[in-house]
Amino acid sequence: MKYLGLIWRNAWRKKIRTSLTILSVLVAFLLFALLSAIGYAFKSGADVAAAERLVVINRISLINPLPISYQSRIASTPGVESVTHASWFGGYYQEPRNQFAQFPTVAGDYFAMYPELNIPEEQLEAFAKNRTGAVVGHELATQFGWKVGDRIPIQATIWTKADGGRTWEFDLEGIFRNEDPRGSTAFMLFNYDYFEEARAFGKGTVGWYILRVEPGANPVEIANAIDEQFANSPSETDTSTEAAFAASFAKQFGNIALIVTMILGAVFFTLLLVSGNTMSQSVRERISELAVLKTLGFSDRSVLGIVLSESILIMFIGGILGLGIGWLLVQGMAQQMGAFLPGVYLSPLSMLVALSIMIGAGVLAGVFPAVKAMRLSIVDALARG
Amino acid sequence: MKSINQIIAVTALNIRNLPQRIGGSLVAVVGVAAVVLVFAAVLSMAKGFERTMVNAGSTDTAIVMRSGSTAELNSGLSNEQVLIVTNSEGIMRDGDEPVASAELYVVVDIRKKGTNDDANVPLRGVQAGAFDVRKNISLAEGRMFETGKNEFIVGRAAQSEFAGLDVGSEIRFGQINWQVVGVFEADGSVSESELWTDVRVLQDVYRRGNSFQSVRVKLENEAALKGLQESLAADPRIDADVMTERDYYSGQAQGLSQFIKMVGYPLTILMAIGAVFGALNSMYASVTVRGKEIATLRALGFGPMPVLFSTIIESTLLALTGGIIGGGLAFVVFNGFRVSTLNGASFSQVVFDFAVTPDLLWQGLIAALIIGLVGGFFPAIRAARLPVAQALREL
Amino acid sequence: MTDTLASLKGVSRVYHKGKERVDVLHELNLDIPEGEFLALMGPSGSGKTTLLNLLGGLDKATAGSVMVGGAELTTMSNRKLSDWRAHNVGFIFQFYNLLPVLTARKNVELPLLLTNLGSGERRKRAELALDIVGLADRASHYPRELSGGQEQRVAIARAIVSDPKLLLCDEPTGDLDRATADEILRLLQKLNSDHGKTIVMVTHDAQAAEYAKRLLHVDKGKLEARATA
Repeated sequence: MKYLGLIWRNAWRKKIRTSLTILSVLVAFLLFALLSAIGYAFKSGADVAAAERLVVINRISLINPLPISYQSRIASTPGVESVTHASWFGGYYQEPRNQFAQFPTVAGDYFAMYPELNIPEEQLEAFAKNRTGAVVGHELATQFGWKVGDRIPIQATIWTKADGGRTWEFDLEGIFRNEDPRGSTAFMLFNYDYFEEARAFGKGTVGWYILRVEPGANPVEIANAIDEQFANSPSETDTSTEAAFAASFAKQFGNIALIVTMILGAVFFTLLLVSGNTMSQSVRERISELAVLKTLGFSDRSVLGIVLSESILIMFIGGILGLGIGWLLVQGMAQQMGAFLPGVYLSPLSMLVALSIMIGAGVLAGVFPAVKAMRLSIVDALARG
Repeated sequence: MKSINQIIAVTALNIRNLPQRIGGSLVAVVGVAAVVLVFAAVLSMAKGFERTMVNAGSTDTAIVMRSGSTAELNSGLSNEQVLIVTNSEGIMRDGDEPVASAELYVVVDIRKKGTNDDANVPLRGVQAGAFDVRKNISLAEGRMFETGKNEFIVGRAAQSEFAGLDVGSEIRFGQINWQVVGVFEADGSVSESELWTDVRVLQDVYRRGNSFQSVRVKLENEAALKGLQESLAADPRIDADVMTERDYYSGQAQGLSQFIKMVGYPLTILMAIGAVFGALNSMYASVTVRGKEIATLRALGFGPMPVLFSTIIESTLLALTGGIIGGGLAFVVFNGFRVSTLNGASFSQVVFDFAVTPDLLWQGLIAALIIGLVGGFFPAIRAARLPVAQALREL
Repeated sequence: MTDTLASLKGVSRVYHKGKERVDVLHELNLDIPEGEFLALMGPSGSGKTTLLNLLGGLDKATAGSVMVGGAELTTMSNRKLSDWRAHNVGFIFQFYNLLPVLTARKNVELPLLLTNLGSGERRKRAELALDIVGLADRASHYPRELSGGQEQRVAIARAIVSDPKLLLCDEPTGDLDRATADEILRLLQKLNSDHGKTIVMVTHDAQAAEYAKRLLHVDKGKLEARATA
């Protein structure tokens, strides 16, 4: 620490060069923040999925429905604590580009299944009572400027009404939030009863079931028991934990995650090269000074430490600024585009990774010139000056 | 004329001693190469995807779906409605029969090759007219599926990406076993990501009665579209959207390709800013190293302009070199790179190849040029303003 | 009485180092007649190099007038000064400042790129200049293949190749051993006597100064005349 003043002054000896290096490090970590937040969205919330919840879908594919009659049979499977269901509505608000998720479900059951979703008690009651009621997540409400009491028309892309209409109108009865900052709230819930009664076709089916297993029960055994129950029926089921379901859905995006990783690699390669070069440049120029330090009695290790600290310092200044700006942008993105790209989130893990990269890159960038400076024979170095 | 000679002379000198400063110069080159590589790679994804989608659509084939449904998957048409469409004016006929195909589009889970992950692969039920309403589509291997049987043909792209789709093999969806009997090719378009079977079989298996999701009709000419739209709009028995197949697929492509562009362009701009900092650093270093040479030349009577230009030319050349390396690398590594991803618009997999097109490479080079000019400009000014007397004294 | 080639009147040069003000030259007057070989001596920081730079148009006076060969340098733009230097003055530096990537002949040719001469003519003149300094046989050698004395001769050839009237030498022998230094100084003497070059030489070395026709001491920004041989 007593060398901090010296390190600081050394770092700023060439103001333009150091500033430019810091700026390029900043840009790199800004990119890191944005890409890892978007990459997180591609994982479709696999991290927030709870292990004690299972999802039951049609074995053929998620788009095939399941009969509503399955609910009681699933509920009576040993080890199942509670069950609810949801369906994909696939509508949009005003324009097709305002597409977001809407799920017809059972108000009370759904919120009981997802305790992390917070909604005021009286709003939940009003939602359950009003046949055409609906609740939306905080993200959506912010984005479209909706407030409780608004009447919201949603255009259906799949579900025409029995009267031939495609516009479904809902009364906004409440706004919920997700306790978990990583979880998306960019969706709308409305009453299955209204959906079932008003739709033109597909009656008697639901999209998927969600169930909670009893504490201590083995989710894998329960999943197998459910699937066996419906084996060889017209609608076979595929039951998996919510986490596995989210992960398998995320994997459908395929190599895109790999490509994002490759881009990150390219960015860091550039970053390392730029800063590494700058560091070795500035040490080379100062080799005689470092020799003077050694004649004054500084140990080899102190010289090494001083040089390394300088490069780590530069990396930290740029990296933390970049992460900070990235964090702000991600917050903005989550607010502005939450409905289109739900789950944009800069996780603490990515931040931790970023910090380790700062240290790693700082060491890598500084270590070669630093070792060179450390091994320096004083006589040689002074002769060069 | 004289000043041009000066610029050439100073630039030539500058380039001749570039090898002595190669370490610093490489930083600029690699930085720019990375920008162009990332740019071309990311955008080639959007290009390839668009190409796959847009190639699929012809402008003289119309697709009719239930009004308001944004994709085939969401749509539904009754047999009566299909007949109304196919018997409208302006539709090409083969003998007495309209050239048309009423189709059903469902999604089945098939494993992606080399993974344990299931993917949503589209399974399409088609009528005999399916090959006639589409262009450039042909059976490449095996035979056509027979009507009434649980067998299908597979697109070339789907076959290369998903497991168990070789001709002759059997695959199980739900409780039904299916035979793979043939492979079709369609110019790498989106149709190649699909499996095709007899629409009647699919109606049975998926209990769709006698209903369809879309009907494609071959138009007598492109102008006939308007007539079809008007006659269907006037018919109370049907509420349908009519568009050319090309417009439909362009619409399907928009979401994902816009997303890639929305990520790709800002990413490139950010990276380019980073590269400008890198180039500035290199060029300032270069000017410092060349200080003695510049001062000597100035003392000999060379003007400030040649020094300025030579610095800008140096950085531009370095950046263009980087641009060519990055673009070349992108082309070698990514062009033709095959991926499959979930297209949100159709909720099913689309297999496509990255396309590093000439216009992407051109845009990349222009980006490199701009980075070079900006990265060289300020150092060039410093070089031109170098106080000669002081620079000579410091040596 | 010969014509005056250069004349400095009331010349001051002030530098600002941060907040500090440094008077390097103070109201200095000096006439240099054509055909002069003038040596300037003085301690470090006395302003002798600044004086040389003012004469060569590398630096500008804060006050006063610097006339060289009929041109007023103090009011000339940087661009014009570059052009003027190319035709009217040759520089010789302590560390030669040859460009390492060019051969001796190409180094000498360099100033001719600033003229409209064709490449054949440039080559001829460069060879002639190398001949004058006695290095005709080293034309295609690179600087790193030459000794210090030879490098300095190449630098001298470069200084005279565009046939300027005035040669400005800043410690031309500062980096050379005695014998080599004497050779270089004799060469300068020859250029002065046989080729009519006016030479101003800054030096630390009293023996070097003896080759000059006139010796001036610069101290604290002022000139003191002392007669020499």
